[in-house]
Amino acid sequence: MTINPHLQGRSYPAGDVYSVGRESIREFARAVKAGHPAHFDVAAARELGHADLVAPPTYAIIVAQRADARLINDPESGIDFSRVVHAEQKFTHHRPITAGDELVAELHVDTVRAMGGGAMITTRAEISTVDGDAVATTVSAILVRGEGQ
Amino acid sequence: MNLAELTVGQDIGSRRLEISRADLVKYAGASGDFNPIHWNERFAREVDLPGVIAHGMFTMGSAVQLVTDWAGDPAAVVSYGTRFTKPVPVADLDGAPGAVVEVSGTIGALDAAAGTARIDLNVTLDGQKVLVKAQATVRVA
Repeated sequence: MTINPHLQGRSYPAGDVYSVGRESIREFARAVKAGHPAHFDVAAARELGHADLVAPPTYAIIVAQRADARLINDPESGIDFSRVVHAEQKFTHHRPITAGDELVAELHVDTVRAMGGGAMITTRAEISTVDGDAVATTVSAILVRGEGQ
Repeated sequence: MNLAELTVGQDIGSRRLEISRADLVKYAGASGDFNPIHWNERFAREVDLPGVIAHGMFTMGSAVQLVTDWAGDPAAVVSYGTRFTKPVPVADLDGAPGAVVEVSGTIGALDAAAGTARIDLNVTLDGQKVLVKAQATVRVA
């Protein structure tokens, strides 16, 4: 299977809304062994000036990977998910994610570069609230390994 | 914490990250990333990997706790990025850690105008870097 070179420049409009809940923040924090009380205790988060529980710095990956899935599952993309390796990741937070947020992500395919039998694909998810306030920008580079890579 | 009290090269501490197969299953559930290379040995080998490997995002997400704890507020981390250069294979040892990753951090740069410090993380497995250019920018009051 080969990667469709015309993917570059493609974008996918905001999809389903992701509702950030307290238990989801707590579960993610436990999963990354984060112990900061602002992830678990609403009073501790409020003491720091936040409206509710604060998400760990990489929590936005949940929303970003849901957006990436729209590309990976696009039959036109030619991407075999079992051969995808994460090569690079960056988060830029425009404001903290807190419990109660209703988030959407618009996905942009910034670059597609052929590498051996595979390809390096850079995607950017612009994450915002349903009301359009910018929350985070995430950039992911994924390597789709060719056979024998 | 005051920016003027910080110096480039300053150590912010270190932590030892013990990873078991159960941790990867928990991370898969919490993140929604169910790629079988992170929990199915047979599948991982079929796609030419050395075995089950940790999610890059598990390693990245766990390593940054050193920064969060140092900053005192998780929301102070305004940006965070890394390259994933080597996989972290996690052996199946009946609940005992199947991999141990060492994390340490130093102040890489200070930006007085922006009020931020850049923390450079050194994240290694058996002495070899698994994250390269792992850098977090932290707002310092």
